[in-house]
Amino acid sequence: MAILKCENASFSYDGVTVLEGVDFSLGAGDYLCIVGENGSGKSTLIRGLLSLKAPSSGKIELGDGLKKSEIGYLPQQTSIQRDFPASVWEVVLSGCLNSLGARLAYSAEDKRRAAANLERMGIEELKDKSYQELSGGQQQRVLLARALCATKKLLLLDEPVTGLDPVAAGEMYNLIKLINLCDDISVIMVTHDIHEAVRYATHILHLGHRQLFFGTAAEYKKSALARRFLGGSGI
Amino acid sequence: MSGLLSMFSYHFMQRALLVGVLVSLCAALLGVSLVLKRYSMIGDGLSHVGFGALAIASAFHLAPLAVTVPVVVIAAVLLLRLRSDGRVKGDAAIAIISSSALAIGVVVVSVTSGMNTEVSSYLFGSILSLSRGDTALSVVLSLAVLALFLLLYPRLFAVTFDETFARATGTRADLYNTLLAVLTAVTVVLGMRMMGALLISSLIIFPALSAMKVCRSFRGVVICAAAISVVCFLFGMTASYVFETPSGASVVVADLIAFGFCSLCAKRN
Repeated sequence: MAILKCENASFSYDGVTVLEGVDFSLGAGDYLCIVGENGSGKSTLIRGLLSLKAPSSGKIELGDGLKKSEIGYLPQQTSIQRDFPASVWEVVLSGCLNSLGARLAYSAEDKRRAAANLERMGIEELKDKSYQELSGGQQQRVLLARALCATKKLLLLDEPVTGLDPVAAGEMYNLIKLINLCDDISVIMVTHDIHEAVRYATHILHLGHRQLFFGTAAEYKKSALARRFLGGSGI
Repeated sequence: MSGLLSMFSYHFMQRALLVGVLVSLCAALLGVSLVLKRYSMIGDGLSHVGFGALAIASAFHLAPLAVTVPVVVIAAVLLLRLRSDGRVKGDAAIAIISSSALAIGVVVVSVTSGMNTEVSSYLFGSILSLSRGDTALSVVLSLAVLALFLLLYPRLFAVTFDETFARATGTRADLYNTLLAVLTAVTVVLGMRMMGALLISSLIIFPALSAMKVCRSFRGVVICAAAISVVCFLFGMTASYVFETPSGASVVVADLIAFGFCSLCAKRN
């Protein structure tokens, strides 16, 4: 059963269409990479999937009991966060924000979940460290733990390896794949790195102001589009 | 020592200390979020708007707080709107609104009562400005600001650290930003008459900056900023009483010294 379905969705700013004809569905356990050049509409689609921007036509539907607020989102880092005084624990716990409801403070269950996700990411020992003192790779793990606190079904990752060195980037990819396989959490990832995308993802969505390709990674590898985009290097 | 204790025997001093401590607390708590969200200058802009409103209120013999609080709250919401819709750049919007309000205030004062000591007390603060009614209103409003901040703490943290994530998880970030601006507006107005329109923003910015030098967690920064703010206020007021210096300026100097001290501590670590 599809947990997310995009039906011929288009997005526009001030009447100018920036992305059109997006039509795909994501099943439970799928790993979808969204690729495309800068300005191809990837960020707009992310905003659409998070219900931060309404499509100008078409529709986006969530299925399998997934609520809008239950998507585990890992945004791109902002300059504000880099020198933000917060402990790792405070950041991860804030992932339970959507379960607060009308309550004013986090419950014991929220704290248990945050602790479990710290452990899952292998960063329990960083719990009391300050977020700003961590390496780029550690910071991304913290944000991934926070995203996991917010969801049981779907992670939405916006360029999670940007700015990481190759080793940390590789670890991050493996970690995400592991979550996808072991915990049966679906993943949607925006990335620039098309080689890694076809290696890890089950499905590829290629955007260029409209939907250029959607299908499995295996199909994508055979497509003319992929050959052009991959620079003829083959895989 | 007895000279120092005599400071507490004056009613106006008791009132000033009570309101001052509460306002320092509010300013420090809100300041942490404002500084981290790069909203520091909003406090400064709002205080100038407060000056304009205060000048008009006194020219027409209206109750100062009752006029100034709503005007500054509206200005705060307006500033936030201008920032978020991007038509005017945030810093330019603040500059325009604050200098216009200051100019209008000065024009109104010079036409009605003329430039007098009253203007100076608006700009640089006066400890004598708090009437009994003002004190009661100030205490109620600052307790409300404190209560809201503490009750909404987890949400304010999330919105301050990562607004996009908070929005994605269904938090109404705009509501909390507006709330932050409104609470700041109320705090600025309450503190302005004692600290002065030109000096009140330092009460918001300094404690947060000092605390961020020495603390590494958000909770730590909030608690430390609150403590620094109250201690500096009390030191500043005492110094102002002993050396007969203007109260607002003395508190700011105390905050500056604390900031220097915290910077040194940060360097040594």
